[in-house]
Amino acid sequence: MSLSKSTVPGPLCFVQVTTTLDNILQRGLSSDPETLDPHKTRSTQAADVLRDLGEGLVGYTATGELVPASAERWEISADGLVYTFHLRDELRWSNGEPVTAADFAAGMRRLVEPSTAAFYAEMLASIENAPAIISGSLPVAKLGVDAPDEKTLVLRLSQNTPYLLGLLTHPSAFPIHTPSLEEHGESFARPGTFVTNGAYRLESWVPGSLISLRRNEHYWNNADTAIDGVNYHVLVNNAAELNRYRAGDLHITNTVPTESFARLREEYPEELRVAPQLGIYYYGFNLTKPPFMDNAPLREALSMAVDREELTERVTGRGEQPAYSWVPPGVNSYTPAAVGFVALDKEERERLARARYKEAGYSEENPLQVEIRYNTSDMHRKVALAVQAMWREVLGVESTLINEEFQVLLANMRDAEITQVFRSSWTGDYNDAQTFLGVLQSDSPTNMPRYASEEYDALLARAAAQVDPERRRLYLEEAERVMLSDNPLIPLYIFVSKHLVSPDVHGWGDNVLDYHYSQHLSLSAPE
Amino acid sequence: MLRYALLRILGAIPTLLLVIALAFLMVHAAPGGPFDDERVLPADVAANIESAYRLDDPLPQQFLAYLSGLVRFDLGPSYRYVGYTVAELIAIALPYSLQLGIMAMVVALLLGVSAGTFAALRQDTVLDRVVMGFSMTGISIPIFVIAPVLALLFAVKLQWLPAGWSGAEGAGRLVLPVVTLALPQIAYLARLTRASMIEVLGSDFIRTARAQGLGMPRVVRVHALKPAMLPVLSYLGPAVAAILTGSVVVEEIFGIPGLGQLFVRGALNRDYTLVLGIVVFYAALIVALNLVVDILYAVIDPRVRYR
Repeated sequence: MSLSKSTVPGPLCFVQVTTTLDNILQRGLSSDPETLDPHKTRSTQAADVLRDLGEGLVGYTATGELVPASAERWEISADGLVYTFHLRDELRWSNGEPVTAADFAAGMRRLVEPSTAAFYAEMLASIENAPAIISGSLPVAKLGVDAPDEKTLVLRLSQNTPYLLGLLTHPSAFPIHTPSLEEHGESFARPGTFVTNGAYRLESWVPGSLISLRRNEHYWNNADTAIDGVNYHVLVNNAAELNRYRAGDLHITNTVPTESFARLREEYPEELRVAPQLGIYYYGFNLTKPPFMDNAPLREALSMAVDREELTERVTGRGEQPAYSWVPPGVNSYTPAAVGFVALDKEERERLARARYKEAGYSEENPLQVEIRYNTSDMHRKVALAVQAMWREVLGVESTLINEEFQVLLANMRDAEITQVFRSSWTGDYNDAQTFLGVLQSDSPTNMPRYASEEYDALLARAAAQVDPERRRLYLEEAERVMLSDNPLIPLYIFVSKHLVSPDVHGWGDNVLDYHYSQHLSLSAPE
Repeated sequence: MLRYALLRILGAIPTLLLVIALAFLMVHAAPGGPFDDERVLPADVAANIESAYRLDDPLPQQFLAYLSGLVRFDLGPSYRYVGYTVAELIAIALPYSLQLGIMAMVVALLLGVSAGTFAALRQDTVLDRVVMGFSMTGISIPIFVIAPVLALLFAVKLQWLPAGWSGAEGAGRLVLPVVTLALPQIAYLARLTRASMIEVLGSDFIRTARAQGLGMPRVVRVHALKPAMLPVLSYLGPAVAAILTGSVVVEEIFGIPGLGQLFVRGALNRDYTLVLGIVVFYAALIVALNLVVDILYAVIDPRVRYR
């Protein structure tokens, strides 16, 4: 039987390595996108692929600077409430039809339409009437978006949003090809039917395996797009991804395994790219229950007792940076505040931590007993073990580690009933302090510690109302200082992006958003 | 025979219903929902999503809606893969799992039965011990240990075979997964065949055949193999089940886009409909295969007849 024959390894070698000859970029992707429908996505993986497939009014360079994309230029009114975009002349969909301002307006209306059930509907919340449309109390036609002619798009905002241009780079603000949505319904974003306006079009997608993109000949900047196609290999397992890179199957990995990092730094010093990201890893306190409710000295003591330098050097060890603020460095026009004890040396910190611990009502004879919850993962366990040891050494705290499946931990954090200390993280959606500070506003659904400070909320409200960027910045920085002095959480470290990038890839740029458009890259010609 | 088959199919319905009900309860009892994330959604947005997927209905109503869909062979929309129905996802993934499963089954049968027969004919010799020793090892080592070891050895160190699936082409990418999946079955089938063959070889009709001057190869081929296969045949049902569940692990490790990895992703993401759909599909498949095995039994062994 021929079937069984081919399964026996013999002299007929079945070695088959992905061909890299055809000017096709091979990239790792850490999980399947849930969809490539730009208005229904929620994962960073989907956004990564969509940045190759689609294009917003504004885009980023390889190093993360905002640049005109589908819009050639724009004007902003003096009060910051009206944006007028002028589209490029030669914009085309992948089927050759022109991309118009109406397509962008249709995309934005689709995003906020309740029946779309878009995860990122709130991205455009600052556009006039968007919140009311999302909640279903106003019809979608009332959205503050107009397309007076084919090439002009006008956005009216209900509040000044200095980071709006950054939001417009996100796939949720991409235009939609209405005829294909009408013809194919909600499953239009598939191979064969997906009409895109970016540098690439969707060739094929095998869920759980491979997403293939090919050059969009109609793209306005096709002449400057060097690579003919991109294959995204879905590789959930880091170690498997590394194997594929070593075997020469991949040009760019999505990340690298923690345990291999030190070795890879020696083995591939040029190829391993590590860059700070807009993301923070933290331990939150449940502020709705004892022992952390109304006990600021205890929270401060625990935060002070964690030696972040040791944690990032000896435990995580992948180039992460110690965190003393909530907003990570690298955010546009913002200087992060820092926790008060940052200036103290280790000894002084520990002394002060013990004093605060005592002040909070605990001692060696009466130690704090606390549970640390984290989701199952090697990395999270190591961090938890380290924090547990530091708390024990410095303060004598008796902590229990509890690992839970991710969905279980999320449910527990949201309920805030049984959690005490929990691991979480936050990654910025756009390059502005608001994406971090907004999380801890008392009415924010993502406010896991349940931090509620009138002063903090008021400062953020003032910042939001401020048109002058310098004054807005001062309010935001003051808000962060106020929040940090309350210690609702322990910032532990700043995330870094880690990629192996083959020497054959040119044009790579590190950036805090960790966005890497394939259209900015090129490949060495095969030998 | 037809009547028997129909009765068996009808009899399977309560089993399937029970499986569906249990699976439904279990996926919904697991904490968290399909749309939970560190990025908690604003209430309005969450409400829109829940109503779009009818997750705001009471649970019994959701269950009835699911059942009424099932009757129409509608497994519902996937929560994880937006815009895909569960049936579409199964249709995409099934060919990979089928290819893998069928090949593993064929390899297991060919090698397992041959090895078992070989060992039976050399009962209590060194060769017999070697074959049985190997098969004991094969049964004892779990797939999740075999798979990474084989991958490390043949794909990473020796580089004879591709380490992953996506982008690799040809039959090479199937070798390691098929071998991994087949190994425990080869081992089990070898032991089963050996025991059964030894028993058959000791029976009167074989002695008669030998006495009439037939050579051993012919005796085995013509007279012994068929009756010796009966226990093997009854084991096929459980073997298919083992290969299906084993493929969950193998597909994960080798990155094969089949049903197994779809199932794992579905469970981790609380994709209720996807998990349920695959459970229903697996259950129906196993029921159907057991039926086929029972019918084959009657075909091979004339003593078995159904009334």
